[in-house]
Amino acid sequence: MTGRARLNVGAVRSSFAPWADPAARPLVRFEAVTKRFGAETAVNGVSLDIYEREFFALLGPSGCGKTTLMRLLAGFETPDAGRVTLAGEDLSGRPPHQRPVNMMFQSYALFPHLSVEQNIAFGLKGLPKAEIADRVVEMLAMVRLEGLARRKPDQLSGGQRQRVALARAIAPRPRMLLLDEPLAALDKKLREETQFELIALQQRLGMTFLIVTHDQEEAMVTADRIAVMRAGEIVQIGRPAEVYEAPNCRYVADFIGDVNLFEGQVAGSDGASVRFASPDCPAGFEALQDEALGVGTRAWLAVRPEKIVLHLDPPPPGPNRMAGKIADFGYLGDWTTYLVEIEGGRTVRAARANASRLVERPIGADDPVWLSFAPDAAVVLTS
Amino acid sequence: MSARPPRRGLAALAPFLWLAVFFAFPFLLVAKLSLSDTALAMPPYAPRLDWSKGLQGLGDFARGLDLQTYGRLVTDRLYVAAYLSSLKFAGIATAILLMIGYPIAYGMSRCPPRLRQALLMAVILPFWTSFLIRIYAWIAILKPGGLLNQALGLLGLPPLALMDTDVAVYIGLVYAYLPFMVLPLYAVLERQDESLLEAAADLGCTPRQAFWRVTFPLSLPGVAAGALLCLIPMIGEFVIPDLLGGSGTLMLGKTIWTEFFANRDWPAASAVAIVLLATLIVPIAIYQRQQMKLLEADR
Repeated sequence: MTGRARLNVGAVRSSFAPWADPAARPLVRFEAVTKRFGAETAVNGVSLDIYEREFFALLGPSGCGKTTLMRLLAGFETPDAGRVTLAGEDLSGRPPHQRPVNMMFQSYALFPHLSVEQNIAFGLKGLPKAEIADRVVEMLAMVRLEGLARRKPDQLSGGQRQRVALARAIAPRPRMLLLDEPLAALDKKLREETQFELIALQQRLGMTFLIVTHDQEEAMVTADRIAVMRAGEIVQIGRPAEVYEAPNCRYVADFIGDVNLFEGQVAGSDGASVRFASPDCPAGFEALQDEALGVGTRAWLAVRPEKIVLHLDPPPPGPNRMAGKIADFGYLGDWTTYLVEIEGGRTVRAARANASRLVERPIGADDPVWLSFAPDAAVVLTS
Repeated sequence: MSARPPRRGLAALAPFLWLAVFFAFPFLLVAKLSLSDTALAMPPYAPRLDWSKGLQGLGDFARGLDLQTYGRLVTDRLYVAAYLSSLKFAGIATAILLMIGYPIAYGMSRCPPRLRQALLMAVILPFWTSFLIRIYAWIAILKPGGLLNQALGLLGLPPLALMDTDVAVYIGLVYAYLPFMVLPLYAVLERQDESLLEAAADLGCTPRQAFWRVTFPLSLPGVAAGALLCLIPMIGEFVIPDLLGGSGTLMLGKTIWTEFFANRDWPAASAVAIVLLATLIVPIAIYQRQQMKLLEADR
């Protein structure tokens, strides 16, 4: 892995890391779980541990099996092979209504014939009446819907409905909360706000959250750990910063954020860094890599656009230098993404923060530019 | 938009025209009849509007009208009994229809989509045969030497005397109106969101509890629609009690027929018909409101 012994990767919210503790027992354990629908394998031999109080995200494109994995835990699907345990207990054969997990549905699935408070109280049947009333009041306060207790779902806005669904799933105090694309139906601004609310809520309740999403930003912001899925399998599990800064394959690098992939062949390595020959760069590439790679090995360098430096004057010669011209650019306000056509014809993305309002030398189409990146900015991928 | 297309007004008029010709006009005719007196004449009632005397004729005609016939409907026990008996037949048959129709509709809505189409077809198929023929077929089944009793005889069981009894009327009513109960129920159950049941299960409901807490309450508009759709025409039903019921079977439809054709008392028959319509307006209005609600829920 890329120089992790020397450098820490990205931002880390807290020292919470039960997965690194060999003595810690996971709350939920998927053991080689396989689920097929007809000829299609939705989940293929997935093993996964989720720990108490963890905010865990299953991330992948639609059809990658992430929702099926969650539904296997909720009890709506039964595995064809393998098993799911919760707190050490095998859940096989336990119907959904006997599992101590609650799910917030993508469609919210609010009961249209019941009011907000009746929806929230739905899972509390069997408790004493006074306790139900207290719990409903508590939940309404938690999601800030006190004034709307008697409304019906069709009299609520999308954001309010989302909060009722959340309160309804939390009210029975499940061991674990499952969130299926919880923010997909909200507009961008509300989605960003709600992401932080979810984090605050999870911390306050000390509850284990499992979120399924196709939105990498949502997963990055909310989760302690992310499992990136492809075609029914987990490709990588790690903290958001790990999967972003140290992806283990081209799929993950490409799925999470923007990336430039340079193909090359190993020209030599000295145990600390590796040199590559590549048609994209006449002076060759150099990347930090403590794992030795055989000369001639085919590999890819993944470099994020924001880690590529854009020069208006030629930089001193060396590896990781490319000359080109601006083909196009997209101004996003806080950032500008430049598409640079380098010598050899391919296009490289470079992003620059617009740190000052006024610039001395504006960059426009067809301007000659030079690109460079530091050896520790690139991740070496062999698959 | 200032220039409104003029044709739109005409299109809006069409339903009113239809109502005027096929409902309002016959209704006024029957109402007029109900206010007249019987007479030994052809047609057998008086007074009749005589246009040849002009306005005075209209005055004579109006003076000749009275509410006497309606008075008779209240004082004559037969009419009251027929009215209550009709309500009883229709009410009990509706309850039986609900108990049979709900499980059928529920079962259909839980079938795989392809099978659903076939079952829906099976429910609608009887409509392709004449109603009258289907009721006659029941005579062949229920009569003393009919199919049912032949089958019972083969099994060594005593025969059942069902023909010309109230039981036969119930059988006929339930048989004939079952599609009217099943279709609205199916329509409501079929479009229920599957994820609601998953949410109920997730929140601790057994399948049975989920049915009573989610599926059934959400199907109530369908229950109301089906019940009213059966109840309203059954109260005035004539063919079924006439063909399958005995001479003692009292129903308003039969009463109207008897007054009109046997007793030649057109005013009484008309008055019974008017009262029937007047009392049906309430359930019809409820039914209409239900349908509007369903339409709005769809949007």
